[in-house]
Amino acid sequence: MKFDFTEEQKSMMEVGRDFAEKDILPTQEEDEKAHHFRKETFKKMAELGFFGCVIPEKYGGNETGHLCAALLTEEIARVSASWTLPFNMQMWGPAFTILNYGNEEQKEKYIPALVNGDVIGAFAITEPNSGSDVAGMGTTATETDDGYILNGQKMWISNAQTADMSLVYAYTDKAKKHKGISCFLVDMKNNPGIKTAAIETKLGLFCAPTGEIAFEDAKIPKSALLGQKGDGFKICMWQLNNTRLGCAARGVGIARGCHEHAIKYALERTQFGQPIAEFEMIQDQLALMYVEYEAARLLVLKAAYEKDQGNIGNTLSVSTAKYFAGEAAVNASGLAMKVFGSYGYSSEYPVERFFRDAKSLQTVEGTSNIQKVIIARAILSK
Amino acid sequence: MGNNVLIFAEQMGGKFRSVAYEAICQGKKMAQGLGGKAIAVAIGGGVEAVAKDLGQYGADKVIVVDNAKLKDFTVDAYGKAFSEVVSKNDPAVVLLAATFQGKDLGGYASAALGAPLSSDCTEWASQDGGIQVKRPIYAGKAYVTVKFNSQPAVISLRPKVFLPDAPDASKSAEVEKIDLALSDDDFRSVVKEIITKTAGKIDVTEADIIVSGGRGLKGPEGFVVLEELAGLLGAAVGASRTVVDEGWRSHSDQIGQTGKVVSPKLYIACGISGAIQHLAGMRTSKCIVAINKDPEAPIFSTADYGIVGDLFKVVPALTAEIKKTIG
Amino acid sequence: MNIVVCVKRVPDTETKIKIGGEGTKIDPAGVEFIISPFDEFAVEEAIRIKEKLGKGEITILSLGPADAQTIMRKAYAMGADKGTHLNDATECQDTLAEAQALAAALKGMQFDLLLFGKQAVDYDNGAVGVQVARLLNIPVVSRIIKLDVADGKATVERESDMGKEVVEVKLPAAFTAEKGLNEPRYPKLMDIMKAKKKPLEEKPAQLEAPKLTIVKMDYPPARPPGKIVGQGEESVPALVNLLKNEAKAL
Repeated sequence: MKFDFTEEQKSMMEVGRDFAEKDILPTQEEDEKAHHFRKETFKKMAELGFFGCVIPEKYGGNETGHLCAALLTEEIARVSASWTLPFNMQMWGPAFTILNYGNEEQKEKYIPALVNGDVIGAFAITEPNSGSDVAGMGTTATETDDGYILNGQKMWISNAQTADMSLVYAYTDKAKKHKGISCFLVDMKNNPGIKTAAIETKLGLFCAPTGEIAFEDAKIPKSALLGQKGDGFKICMWQLNNTRLGCAARGVGIARGCHEHAIKYALERTQFGQPIAEFEMIQDQLALMYVEYEAARLLVLKAAYEKDQGNIGNTLSVSTAKYFAGEAAVNASGLAMKVFGSYGYSSEYPVERFFRDAKSLQTVEGTSNIQKVIIARAILSK
Repeated sequence: MGNNVLIFAEQMGGKFRSVAYEAICQGKKMAQGLGGKAIAVAIGGGVEAVAKDLGQYGADKVIVVDNAKLKDFTVDAYGKAFSEVVSKNDPAVVLLAATFQGKDLGGYASAALGAPLSSDCTEWASQDGGIQVKRPIYAGKAYVTVKFNSQPAVISLRPKVFLPDAPDASKSAEVEKIDLALSDDDFRSVVKEIITKTAGKIDVTEADIIVSGGRGLKGPEGFVVLEELAGLLGAAVGASRTVVDEGWRSHSDQIGQTGKVVSPKLYIACGISGAIQHLAGMRTSKCIVAINKDPEAPIFSTADYGIVGDLFKVVPALTAEIKKTIG
Repeated sequence: MNIVVCVKRVPDTETKIKIGGEGTKIDPAGVEFIISPFDEFAVEEAIRIKEKLGKGEITILSLGPADAQTIMRKAYAMGADKGTHLNDATECQDTLAEAQALAAALKGMQFDLLLFGKQAVDYDNGAVGVQVARLLNIPVVSRIIKLDVADGKATVERESDMGKEVVEVKLPAAFTAEKGLNEPRYPKLMDIMKAKKKPLEEKPAQLEAPKLTIVKMDYPPARPPGKIVGQGEESVPALVNLLKNEAKAL
C-alpha cells in the first residue's frame, strides 16, 4: 500500500488549484449573484482536459484516471462547488457511460465533443413524482417505424436548459417494471417536442444550471438507443455509481474549503484579547472538521483507486464515500459557520455559500438514506 | 589590492539622479573606512559639463566617459565602458544604485571582472578591512549579511534607504575624461524608441508617498479616489497583485514580491488585505497607514495607523482633511 | 529557432520563511517549491514563440538540488521539449558562481534565444541573466515586457526608469522576463502525462568556490505595534493629526 501521490498527480492538483483560484474565484461573487454559468470557464476546463480523465486518447481523453478526476474535483470544490458539476455532466455521466455501453458510432459522435466541451451534456433520471424510486418514473418511449416518441417530464436536471445532449431514461415497456426501462442519447436542441425551463428556486449551486425537461411527442431516431432495450435501469445504476464518486469528491472539496477558511479566520479573529483559535471550543470544532475531511478524502481516494484498477462496479466503496463525504461537507459548513460567528451568516463571506451548496449532497444522485440502503444491502449480502 | 571605491553616477537625460548622490555619499564614507578615495564614474552623451558637481556630494574624482553614442543606456555599451574604467582603477568596492540601470550594470561588471555581487543592500559596515553588507532576500521576508572573499565587491544600494547629505557648494571634484574606443560590436542592442511615461506620473520606487489600492477598490474605476489623494500629496499610486492580475492597474504599479519593493516615507494601503507577499514589498516603509473595512485584515498588524471603514468614504474624507490642513 | 530557458526552483511566494538550523539558509521543511514566477514568464514566452513560428526546440536549464527536476517537468508540461539539470547539492548562494556554471553548460548548446526571469524570487539579486550573457559575450536586454522575433533580430519592449523603451537586438541574445510579458498557461493534463517521457539530462554543476559568504540570516526587524485610530471617516481628522505631529509623515 502506497500513500504517496505521483509527481504527475501533484502537478494535476496544482493545475486544479491554480485554475480554481485564478479562473473561478475572481468572478465567483458576481456569478453567484447573477446565477451565471460562465461558458468560457467551462470551455477552459475542457481545453485543459478536465473532462477527459477517464476517457481513452482515441476519443480525445487523457486516461489520467478516476483518481485524478477526483483530485481535480476536490481542488475546484474547495473554491466553488458549482464548478465541479461539469465533471459529472460531461465525463462521469454521459461520456463514460457511452464509452461502456455505446456502439462505435455513438462513441465517435458524442465522446470527443463532450470531452472538448463542444457539446454540453446532461443526464435525466429524476421526475416530479419519482426520485429515489427510479423505477417509479413515468416518462415513456414509444417505438415507431423510424424511432421512438418520448413523453413525460424530468425535473431537477443539471444543465437541462443548457445541454446539447442528454442521457434520458424512459420506459419502453412499463409492464416489465425496471427491466422495461431503456436509456437514450437525446439531442436536446432543435427538437420541437422538447421544452426546457430553468429552476431558479434552489438553495445553492447557483453557477450550475438546473432545470426541468418536458417531452411532448418528442421524436428521436432509432440510433438514440444506448445498449439494448430494457438495459436502462442497469445502465442507470452503473452510471450513478460513477457520478456519485464525483459528488463525494465535491463533498471533500467543500469540507476542505470550510476547514481552511475556518482555520484562517480563527487565527486572525481576536476576542477577549487573543485569537479565537486559542479557545478550546473553537479547537474542538476545527479538529472535528479536519478529521471528517481527512476521512472523507481517504474514502474517495480509495473508491477512485479501485475504479482505476478496473473495479468500476465498486458500489459499496462509492456509496460509503458519497454518504460520508456528503455528511462531512454539511457538518464542516455548519461548524465553519459557528467559527465565523455573524460573519458566517453573511453572504459577504464564503462559508454561507458552502453551507448552501453542501446541503445538495444529501440529496443529489441518491440521497444519504439511499446510500445507507446500498451500504446495508452490500454488507448484509457478504 | 586597491582601497578606492568606484561609484557609478547614474544620470537620466544628462542630469544626475538623486540615487547617484545617495551612492556617492555612501561611497565616500566607505572610502574613508578603507583609507581610499571615492571615484565617481559618469557615462553618457553630454555629461562632462555637470560632472564636477559630483564633488559637492563627496566624490574625490570623477571619471567621465562622454560619447554621443552613449546617449541611451544599453547594458552592452555602458557595461563595456564601466567595466574598463573599473579594471583600470582596481577599486576595493564598485558601488551602484539598485535601479534598473544599476542592477544591469552591476551584473555586467561582476561577470566581466569575475567579482562577487550583492544587490539592493540596505546596510553596510566596515569589517576586517573590507565592506560587509546586509540585504533583503525573499523580498524582505529575511535579511542576509554578506562578506566578500575577493576584490572588488560589486554592491548596489537600495534607493531611498541612504539619504544623501546636503551638497557642499565649496567642493568640486577633479574630472578625468576618458576616451574609449567603441566598435559596432558594442551596439548589438540599440534603443529604437523611448516612450516616456505620462507626465506627472511618479514611479512607485521613487515616490516619497505611495497611495496603494487592493481588491477593496472593486474595479479600475475605484482608483479615482486614490488618484485624487495621490495628486494632492504628490504621491505615486501603487497596487496589490490581485488588482494587477485582474488588469485594473499596470504591472509597473505592483508592489510586493513579484512586483516592486518600496520604502517610502508614507505608505497608505487602501482596501488591501495584506497578503504575505504584499507585506514583503512595503514593510520597510517608514510609516504605514491602513484603511480597510475588515477589522481582521492582516494589514492592520503591519500598519502604524489604521482606520476601519469603507475606503470610498474614508479616502475622500482624508483628501478633504489634508487639503484643509496643509492648504 | 532554438530557445534555452533557465529556470530556478524557489519557495512559493506565499511561504512564510523560516531560518534553518545553521542560521545561513532557510529551513526547507514544509516549504513548497515552484518555478520562480519570472522564470515561468520566460518559459511561456519560449512556448509562444515556438508556436508562432511552428518550429524550434525549447531546452530547459536549471541549476539546483535534486528536486529542481520537479519544476523542470512543470516547464515540460507547459511545452518545453528537453532539458539539463545542473545538480548542486550545496545550494550555492553566490550568483556569480551560478552564472559561471550556467554559462559553462550553455557553451556546448546551440541557441538563438536565451531566456531568464528578471530575478529569482529567493535571493532577489536580479543579476544572473546579465552575468551569463556577458560570460557568453552575447547581448542582453533585461526586464522585457514584449518580445518579437524576425529575420535574425529581436525587437523588445522593456520598462526603464524613463518609461518604456523599444530595443532592437541581433540574435543570438539573452533576455530577462518581467511581469507583463505574458500570462503563463496551465499545463493540460495530457501534457503533464507526456512530460515525464521527455528527456532530462543530469550533470553536476561546475561551481567555483563562492566569492562571497553569507555570514548570517535574520528576520526583518519587527515593526512597532500600530494602533487603530478609529472607525469610519469620523476618525480622519485624528489620523491626519497623528501623521502630521506624531509620525511627521506629512
